[in-house]
Amino acid sequence: MKIRALIAAAAAATLALGLSACGKQEEPSTGPVSLRMTVWSSNEAHLKLFNEIADAYKAKNPRVTEIKFDPIPFENYTTTLTTQIAGGNGPDLAWILENSAPDFVTSGALLPLDDTLAKTDGYDTADLSQAATKLWQTGGKLYAYPFSTSPFGVFVNTDMLKAAGQQTPAELIAANQWTWDKAVAVASASAAKSGKAGLVVRDFDYKGWDNLSTVWAGWGAQAWSADGRTCGFDQQPMVDAMTFLHQAIFTGKALPGPGTTADFFAGASAMTITQISRASLLKDAKFGWDLVPLPSGPSGKYSVIGQAGLGVLKKGRNADVAADFLAFFTSPDNSAKLAAYFPPPRTSQLTADTLAKTNPLLKPEQLQQVVIDGISTGVVKPSHSGQAEISQAVRAALDPLWKPDVDVKAVLAGVCTAINPLLAK
Amino acid sequence: MSTRFWTGSRRDAAAGYLFIAPQLLGSILFVFVPLGLVFWYSLHEWNVLADTFTFVGADNYQALLDDPRLTDALAATGLFSAGLVVLNLTLALLLAVLLNQRLRGTVFFRTVFFSPVVVSLVAWTIVWGFLLQNDGGINGLLKTVGVHGPNWLRGETTAMLAVVVVQVVKNVGLNMVLFLAALQGVPANLYEAATVDGASRTRQFRSITVPMISPTILLTSIITVVGSLQVFAQIAVLTQGGPGTSTTVLVYYLYQQAFQFHHFGYGATLSVLLFAIVLLLTLVQWRMRRKWVFHES
Repeated sequence: MKIRALIAAAAAATLALGLSACGKQEEPSTGPVSLRMTVWSSNEAHLKLFNEIADAYKAKNPRVTEIKFDPIPFENYTTTLTTQIAGGNGPDLAWILENSAPDFVTSGALLPLDDTLAKTDGYDTADLSQAATKLWQTGGKLYAYPFSTSPFGVFVNTDMLKAAGQQTPAELIAANQWTWDKAVAVASASAAKSGKAGLVVRDFDYKGWDNLSTVWAGWGAQAWSADGRTCGFDQQPMVDAMTFLHQAIFTGKALPGPGTTADFFAGASAMTITQISRASLLKDAKFGWDLVPLPSGPSGKYSVIGQAGLGVLKKGRNADVAADFLAFFTSPDNSAKLAAYFPPPRTSQLTADTLAKTNPLLKPEQLQQVVIDGISTGVVKPSHSGQAEISQAVRAALDPLWKPDVDVKAVLAGVCTAINPLLAK
Repeated sequence: MSTRFWTGSRRDAAAGYLFIAPQLLGSILFVFVPLGLVFWYSLHEWNVLADTFTFVGADNYQALLDDPRLTDALAATGLFSAGLVVLNLTLALLLAVLLNQRLRGTVFFRTVFFSPVVVSLVAWTIVWGFLLQNDGGINGLLKTVGVHGPNWLRGETTAMLAVVVVQVVKNVGLNMVLFLAALQGVPANLYEAATVDGASRTRQFRSITVPMISPTILLTSIITVVGSLQVFAQIAVLTQGGPGTSTTVLVYYLYQQAFQFHHFGYGATLSVLLFAIVLLLTLVQWRMRRKWVFHES
C-alpha cells in the first residue's frame, strides 16, 4: 500500500512537472523589468557598445532596471538557445543566425516587429534594405531585425604572396584577372614556397559545408532551389564547382587538406575567405594585408553574405518592453554606432564614408568593393526550415568527397539522396 | 492499559526513515521524476519554437522502428562498447597485475595511469583532438620512426578507433585501481600452495587470480559497459559523429534529434530505448554472475 502510494505520488509529481513545463504562458509584468538578450559574441568591444546603448535606454526607461547580454559560444549557439527555451529559461531577445532564420521566423516563436518599429519616433523603417530584410519576413511581417549583414571577402597576406613571387589579388583585380583559377594558382604557389597553407575557407574545416557557398556561388551553384524543394548538389554548376575545389585541395594543394588547421590571422596562411567583422583580428598584425572581394567564377562576379537577425521571443514576460528596446537598439543613431562591427541594413548608412568612420582598419575602397557592393549583389548563405537536420545530412554525405580519387558526381548525387526527403518535408 | 506511541521499535523505524529520507528524496526528484518525464515526453510531439506539445501516443515508438539511421547508431554504439570494454578491462587487468608486483617505481606508475581519471573530460578530449590531427602530435611521433600515420579522425575505421583509445587511456586507471584492490585481497597462501603443487604462473592466474577477483570483474564490466553506452563528450569534441555517420553513437544521435533538430519527443523516445538497453545489459550481466562469479560477499 505504502509503495503504491509512493508510486502514485511520484506519478502525480511527474505529471504536474510535465504539464508545467509545457505550454506555460507568462503573464505580462507590471513591475520592474529585467531583460536578457543572447548574443554569440563575447568580444569585449562588442559587449561594451551593447551595454552603452542599454544604459542609455535604461536612463530613458526607469522601469527597465537591467539589460543583460548573455554570450553563448558560436559553435553551439542555436542548440543552446533552443535548449534554454525548452527549459523555460528563454531570453527576451535573441540574436539569430541566418541558418536557423526560417525555423524561428515561421514557427511563431518571435514577436512581429512592424507595429513597434512603425510607432517608434524617428525609426524610419523605409530605410531598411529590402534585400537584407527578406530572410526575416513571412506573411508580410518582419520577425527579426537584420542586425548584421556581413559580406564575405578574401583577406590576403601580401607579404607571403610577394615572398612567393606571386601577384597580389589587388594587382590581379587591376588587371581584371581576379578569378578562381588565378586565386587557386597563387595560393598553391604560395603554399609550396612558404610551407604554410595557401587559401583557407574559414569556419569550413570540412564540416561547416555552408561556408563553401562562398566558392560555389561563383559557378552559379546553389544548395537547393529558391523554393527549397529541389536539391542543387547534383546539378552541373555544383558538380563543376566541387570538382574545381576538390582538385584545388588534393591536386593543387592550394587549400589545407582535412585534419589540418591554419589560422590566417596568426600568419599561417596566404589567404582566407571570411567576413569583414574578422578584420579586428588584424589590429596588431605583423604582416602586410589586404581585403579584396571574392574572385570571379565562371558565372562572373558575385558576392555571398552572412546575416544575423535580432528578434523578440514572444513567450517572454516582457515581450512588449523587449520589442521597444529592440527598436531603440536598432534606431538610426544606434545602428550607426553598431556599424563599427556589424554592417547595417540601413541603406542610408551603407556608404564608404559612414563605414570608414567606424572601421578604421579598412580603406574606403575596400569597404565599397567588399561591403557595399557585396551587400547590394550578395546571395545569403544557404538556409532552410529544418536546417540543422539538413545540414547534418549534407555533412555526413559530403564526407566521402574529402579524399583523393573520388567520383565527385557520385558523391554529390549521394548528398541529394540524403537530403531529398528532408527538403520535401 | 496505556500505550505509548513512541515505542523503541517505532523510534528505530523513524530514525531509519530519517536517515534514508535525503537519498529517497534525491532519488525521487532526480531519478524517478526525470525518468517519468522522459517517458511522458516520448508520447508527445514537442515543438519548442512553436511552443506546441501534442500527444501522439506511440507514434514516436513507431518512428523508432522505421528510422533507417537508428541501425547505424546502434551499430556504432555496439562497436564502440565492444572495443572499449575489451580494451579497457584487458589493459586495466594487465596493468593491475604488473603494478601489483613488489618492484621499485610501482607507486609512480600507478599515479601515472590513474591521473587521467581526474582530468576534465572535455579538456582531455580537446588535447587529444589536436594530437590526432593529420599534422598533429601522434603523426609527428610516427614520422620520427618513418611511419606515415593515417588521418585519424577522418577515416571511418580510424575515427572510431581513435575515440575508443582516447576513452580507454582516460579511464583505464579507474578499473586498474579497482583490480589492484581486489588483487591485494587474494590470500597469499593460495599462491604458495599452488607453487608447492607446481602450478605455473599462467595456471595460477587462471585458477586463483581470476576466480578470486571475479566480483570486481563483474563490477568493472557493468560500470564500463554502462559508461560505454553513455559516451558523448568525446564524440561531440572529436568527430561530431563523423566521418559520415561512423561515430554517431546512440547518445550523440539522441542529442542531435532532441537538441539540434528540435525533435524533443523523438529524442525522449531514444532516451527510453537507451535506458532499456542499459537495463537489459545490466540485468544480463547480473544474471550471468551465477555462472562466473566465484564468490560474493
